[in-house]
Amino acid sequence: MPLIEAKNLSKSYGAIRAVHAVSFSVDRGEVVGFLGPNGAGKSTTMKMLTGHLRADEGAAVIAGFDVADQAVQAKQHLGYSPEGAPAYGEMTVREFLRFAADLRGLADPAESVRKTLDLCRLNEVAAQTIDTLSKGYRMRVGFAQAVIHDPEVLILDEPTDGLDPNQKFEVRRILKEMAARKAVIVSTHILEEVGELCTRVIVIAKGEVRCDESRDKFLARGTDLNAVFRQLTA
Amino acid sequence: MSSSEKSPSPGLKPFTAMVRREFAGYFRTPLAYVFLAVFNAFAVSLAFFVGGLYESGIASLDRFFLYHPWLWAFLAPAAGARLWAEERRQGTIELLLTWPITVWQAALGKFLAAWLFLACALLMTVPVALTVGWLGDPDWGVIIAGYTGSLLCAGACLGIAAIASALTRSQVIAFVTGFLACFLLVLVGYGVFDELLAGLIGSAGVDEIRRLGLWRNLEPFTLGLVDVRPIAYFLSVAFAGLGLSTIIVERR
Repeated sequence: MPLIEAKNLSKSYGAIRAVHAVSFSVDRGEVVGFLGPNGAGKSTTMKMLTGHLRADEGAAVIAGFDVADQAVQAKQHLGYSPEGAPAYGEMTVREFLRFAADLRGLADPAESVRKTLDLCRLNEVAAQTIDTLSKGYRMRVGFAQAVIHDPEVLILDEPTDGLDPNQKFEVRRILKEMAARKAVIVSTHILEEVGELCTRVIVIAKGEVRCDESRDKFLARGTDLNAVFRQLTA
Repeated sequence: MSSSEKSPSPGLKPFTAMVRREFAGYFRTPLAYVFLAVFNAFAVSLAFFVGGLYESGIASLDRFFLYHPWLWAFLAPAAGARLWAEERRQGTIELLLTWPITVWQAALGKFLAAWLFLACALLMTVPVALTVGWLGDPDWGVIIAGYTGSLLCAGACLGIAAIASALTRSQVIAFVTGFLACFLLVLVGYGVFDELLAGLIGSAGVDEIRRLGLWRNLEPFTLGLVDVRPIAYFLSVAFAGLGLSTIIVERR
């Protein structure tokens, strides 16, 4: 059973067709790079997969649970970091993670928070309010709340956006560490990330899937990935 | 941190976590203390200086509760403005809606936390009752009924504030629209407004509309009359507001 299934997902905002009949599935151990230009429908697709947006048509299934009909069960298996890693800015990192752990009903929330602080190397800022953190730390906090319950499914919307090279390296390191046990979707427009992080690539443009193939096949399309990207999304 | 550590049924834990966070959220900013101070200052000074509580020479709090619809109309939207608008502004609504808690649980948790906060503000006015008790010999049953009515009135205003907050990402807009809606319910039942309305729709209609005013429903409590109708009125407004705001959040 695939851990993530998008079945014919469609969504329009008024007259604008944001996503049209997008289908794919992701198995355990796969890290899917979700590529596409701005406004291609990446975030909209992710929002439908995570149950934040209701699809006009089609269905999203997480770990066997339909996100619309069995929302709570589906969400228990899901870790999601939205674009820009929003968080309650007035809370400290530790309080925020504790809240996420409690809200998820984890058996030992204190221990989960401790492990997640270690994993995401957030210990030194644990007592700081999130509003006072640098962008790099904020993104890591967003990542931390997504993995605190060690979910089978991880959906990350631009987790490395705006990070410096060291911080990007750090996020990729953590992702690689846990990727084998999970199904992961990472949206990005940094093409270099594909080679370093992903096992598979889905390119989306104008709301439609333009290409869905293994990393190696994608990389074999040409040495100039930017040109490949332009051609696929034209 | 393995999946097996997840308790099979989280039960009420997520809900209580929600209530705790929201309630504590008020005290994370100085705004809560400003709010409590303003509420107390106005509640006390309106009762004593405008209502003439002391000069009346009667050991009763009806002149104190008389101004509560005005206070709640102003301060419940102030406390309720952040309920959803702040989630939208910070983008955290996307987290909340993708965490394993239903919108109803989240909405109820937020609402109860806000109501609890308003209850704290009300509780801080107990010295007024104690003063009356020290000066005279009031009927404590009537005073307790008055406090109950005031708390219910706060819940009704909060319900309206919740709708206003669900509609926007700006706390200022949420506050202003919430205040205007509550203000209308305060006006209904006041003499000047009634006369104006009677000129428009006739006196029979006015009597019906008056039943919808906040003061008309709070007044019996301040006289020690705990009746089903006003209780039903306040709770219906509160829960209608809660329900409608939840639907608005779900639909967006």
